[in-house]
Amino acid sequence: MFEWLNNLGPRLDAAFLEGDRWQLYLQGLLTTIELTVVSLIVGVALGVLVAVIRTAHDQQRPGRRKSIPLGILNIICKIYTTVIRGTPMLVQILIWGFVVFASSRNKFMVGVVALGINSGAYVAEIVRGGLMSVDVGQTEAGRSLGLGYLDTMRFIVIPQAFKNILPSLGNEFITLFKDTSLVNTIGLTELTYRAARIAGNTFDYMPPYIGIAIMYLVVVILLTWLQGKLERRLRQSDRR
Amino acid sequence: MIDVKHLTKSFGDHLVLDDISEHIYPGEKVVIIGPSGSGKSTFLRCLNLLETPTAGTISFEGTNITDPKTDIDKIRQHMGMVFQHFNLFPNMTIRKNITLAPVRTKLMSQAEADDLATALLKRVGLDEKADSYPAQLSGGQKQRIAIVRALAMKPKVMLFDEPTSALDPEMVGEVLEVMKQLADEGMTMVVVTHEMGFAREVGSRVLFMDGGHILEQNEPHAFFANPKEPRTIEFLSKVL
Repeated sequence: MFEWLNNLGPRLDAAFLEGDRWQLYLQGLLTTIELTVVSLIVGVALGVLVAVIRTAHDQQRPGRRKSIPLGILNIICKIYTTVIRGTPMLVQILIWGFVVFASSRNKFMVGVVALGINSGAYVAEIVRGGLMSVDVGQTEAGRSLGLGYLDTMRFIVIPQAFKNILPSLGNEFITLFKDTSLVNTIGLTELTYRAARIAGNTFDYMPPYIGIAIMYLVVVILLTWLQGKLERRLRQSDRR
Repeated sequence: MIDVKHLTKSFGDHLVLDDISEHIYPGEKVVIIGPSGSGKSTFLRCLNLLETPTAGTISFEGTNITDPKTDIDKIRQHMGMVFQHFNLFPNMTIRKNITLAPVRTKLMSQAEADDLATALLKRVGLDEKADSYPAQLSGGQKQRIAIVRALAMKPKVMLFDEPTSALDPEMVGEVLEVMKQLADEGMTMVVVTHEMGFAREVGSRVLFMDGGHILEQNEPHAFFANPKEPRTIEFLSKVL
């Protein structure tokens, strides 16, 4: 026990300080955060698009001939969400990295594609739930004024849905942040990749892995705190 | 102005409107009364196609609006609607609520719409509320705003779907007062209501609906003094 503690100092030194290795962790963490943000933007854009298409398809006026292009788009969206939500994320990342973009050297782009497309499928369901949570009277009021479907969505339904889905979107952001660690398998130099490299070089696995676990945890706690703060502020505006 | 021929509407197996034919002339104030479940709200909502008729045709100023090729948004721009639950847009200020539709449908510029909103708000005594949000208003104020919002589209006909049913008793008067003013200015109105006093005073024709039929209609004084159908007599004896 005493010997273990005695050795801890040099081990930590080797894992974090020697040769300014802490800079590698920092770079890794920055890449991880960057990857999370860009992927979530892609995911939200994709998710909103899919959700609007699916809701528009479901809300077509009954008794009228269904729009055929909308039907095709709806089927594509359904296949997309089924495939993405029905396969492991790691497998998707391996396919993007070693099959689809096997020759690409822009690992960051591959990571964004893999994570963004994955996240989009989950965001789509979140957004769809949000759109359906808005009182149908809001849509009726918009349409009765002569506004078209898209204007009603854009100005009336989506802004109200957005408020309802912000908490879930926050959770998605946190999940995505942790899932970025999986893209180390395709050689993207994010936090987990850096730790694995350092562990390999120093032949000492404990300090780097425990170290990055703490880093992930601190960021998640920070994000959760921010999320709670945002939610409290949104609730306040309800009581205006 | 609005011509209804053989209008039938069913929800699944439930027949709500059974072969109704009716004509609404310019300048008329048609008041529809009847027990709940009689189909009066559904009839009103069919007039601007918020409900799609199962069979029959509805024409507005000679245009068959039940034809799938008709641009219903264009038709609705000429038909204002006021809902039982107001359906103001909670994410916008009152001014924005009023000006959104006229500006987006290119009926007028933002500046013109702002001027019109101010003038209309002044008329209903709520001009100091222009920058408030709906959550800050009382029910009676919300409904007056909802009427103003519909009027901002300069409609040719106004449809009222139980506009006072969700209000505290002491706020009913202020809403009816606005509707009375509107009637005096010659607006064509179709009103579904339980306010018999309003029907008698403002209506130019009263329709009594029950079981998906228009059982009886007359000008208000004769209608209330000498109802002919037994069902009408029974209904009036309970509500008057």
